[in-house]
Amino acid sequence: MAGTARTKPGHLPSVGKSATGIRGLDEVTQGGLPQGRPSLLCGSAGCGKTLFAMTFLYNGVIEYNEPGVFLAFEERPADLIKNVGSLNYEIERLIAEKKLAIDHVEIERTKIAESGEYDLEGLFIRLGYAIDSIGAKRVVVDTIETLFSGLEDEQLLRSELRRLFEWLKSKGVTAIITAERGEGTLTRYGLEEYVADCVILLDNRVHDQLSTRRLRIIKYRGSAHGTNEYPFIIDEQGITVMPLTSTGLAHGASTERMPTGIPDLDQMLEGKGYFKGSSILVSGMAGSGKSTVAAHFAEATCAAGHRCIYFAMEESQQQIIRNMRSVGIDLQKWVDKKLLRFSARRPTLFGLETHLATMYRDVTDFEPAAVVIDPMSALLGAGATGDVHSMVLRLVDFLKARGVTALFTNLGVSSENVTTEIQISSLMDVWLLLYNRESNGEHNRQLYLLKSRGMAHSNQVREFILSSEGIKLRAAYVGPEGVLTGSARLAREAKDNAATLARAQDMERRSRELERKRRETAAQIEILQAQLASEEAEVDLLNREGSAREDQLAADRVAMGMSRHTGATPNKPGPKPTRKPKK
Amino acid sequence: MTERDGYNLRLYVAGQTPKSIAAIANLKKICDEHLPGRYEIEIIDLMKDPALAMRHQIVAIPTLIRQLPEPLKRIIGDLSNTEKVLVGLDIRPS
Repeated sequence: MAGTARTKPGHLPSVGKSATGIRGLDEVTQGGLPQGRPSLLCGSAGCGKTLFAMTFLYNGVIEYNEPGVFLAFEERPADLIKNVGSLNYEIERLIAEKKLAIDHVEIERTKIAESGEYDLEGLFIRLGYAIDSIGAKRVVVDTIETLFSGLEDEQLLRSELRRLFEWLKSKGVTAIITAERGEGTLTRYGLEEYVADCVILLDNRVHDQLSTRRLRIIKYRGSAHGTNEYPFIIDEQGITVMPLTSTGLAHGASTERMPTGIPDLDQMLEGKGYFKGSSILVSGMAGSGKSTVAAHFAEATCAAGHRCIYFAMEESQQQIIRNMRSVGIDLQKWVDKKLLRFSARRPTLFGLETHLATMYRDVTDFEPAAVVIDPMSALLGAGATGDVHSMVLRLVDFLKARGVTALFTNLGVSSENVTTEIQISSLMDVWLLLYNRESNGEHNRQLYLLKSRGMAHSNQVREFILSSEGIKLRAAYVGPEGVLTGSARLAREAKDNAATLARAQDMERRSRELERKRRETAAQIEILQAQLASEEAEVDLLNREGSAREDQLAADRVAMGMSRHTGATPNKPGPKPTRKPKK
Repeated sequence: MTERDGYNLRLYVAGQTPKSIAAIANLKKICDEHLPGRYEIEIIDLMKDPALAMRHQIVAIPTLIRQLPEPLKRIIGDLSNTEKVLVGLDIRPS
């Protein structure tokens, strides 16, 4: 596989391919350019043809150890080096190491007179010499059409160009021939007639003042290839084509979980969180806490030791970090640990495709476990609605295919509008709705888990509280008056509490009363018993007094009888000695 | 032949092709006719020294370069059109 990527043996004849090393292009072409054959790269001025070609050579040397020759008709080597130098391509070093050769061909009609027949053998010799001297495997000819303005004999030029392309083939070098786009034709001089193996068109269209670069493979003989227009970007990291090749739904489904960063929300999702590689939509009105949910997720991802990219469309990195600090989320820490990367871009700065290509670049570069796109709705302004849908679809597919968990926030127009403008909800695995309901003169946040594919999840509307320790979810008050949140819930709870307290106090009061009564009764019983006892004592006393008196009377009667000597005997023998006085 | 009006001409060819042979013959004929004794022709075969093609900016074969007198002049072709050669080399018929 050294330096080349071959197509898998299949039903198409296997065409050797030479990887360009340009991110995304090799996916679109399923391996690269046809190996050992010339490819035509056409496009109007300023499309990036020269840069594409140079990147192809540079990557060939750096990544695949294939030296290259750049035959420049338009730019002098110094200019060429300077122009691509901004991309940190160390062209000069490679030239010194004999890995790269640049040959500038000067053709100026005014300085050349023609007399009789000629051919371009000199060009062949030059190129051949350059190729042989460094053992080049790759060649760029940029832009050969300049010859048409430099030389008179067009007929001869055409036959010589045909011969050149055949000759390049016989040399076995993989070549890129660049050409200017013509009016209604791919190239101004019809070069596509000669280079038939692979034709790639670059385009730079302006729509609503936003320019978007696009690439399309017009033909690729003997190979399947993506046929769409693929957006690409050129920035300080070179060229990135967003391949968007995923046509099937073949991505795997992980059963691994990613915590949401909000313990209460995890609880609503079987206590574990989102599925890894799933797409999460958090939609809500302005100020409903979407970004905070996103920041929690980013933090949790980093805390688990995974990387995360936060694509901020509306706020700067510093702004987000500051704001999230107020709810107790320290994102700076993860930025410092290089686990979190911010990519803050104004949505209106580029077209939608450019944004997505940038995201694609960042994701392939940083290889995060999760990304946050906050808010996705900001991208709507960057393209026509139909485009947005297909682009988001492709982005979701791309992220899914890589197993990247993606959290999108979406700014809804009304709090309960469940049809997101671009109907992306069907692409999403989890959909969190954040409400911001007005009642009793205040807005209260609520969270509802509208769907969560593939897991049991709570169907409860929760009250969503932003505290200095982050998001807390409370079960909303559900009572006879419906679902209550915020101060209404607090008031209701206070009322309930007061009623409970009152009931408790009442109960206590009653039991105190009862106790008092019990004690009172006991006291009364005691008094009555005492009274009874004293009465009994009195009765006894009276009894004893009575019998004593009777005894005395009887004794008196006896004494009186004896004193009268009536001889009368007492009725009873003596006083009643057995009768003892009662106590 | 003086330094001032002497012609130093270089003809670049690539092997013994018909065009190359014709160009050499045509050039000699023109010079003999119009610059007798005032010219010097150097024939460079790029097949033998290919590095010179790049160094001397040769694209077409044959290419005739007037090294002296200055400024540098270039004529491409087999030099079969004598009139164009004379104009191209800036030669006044003597």
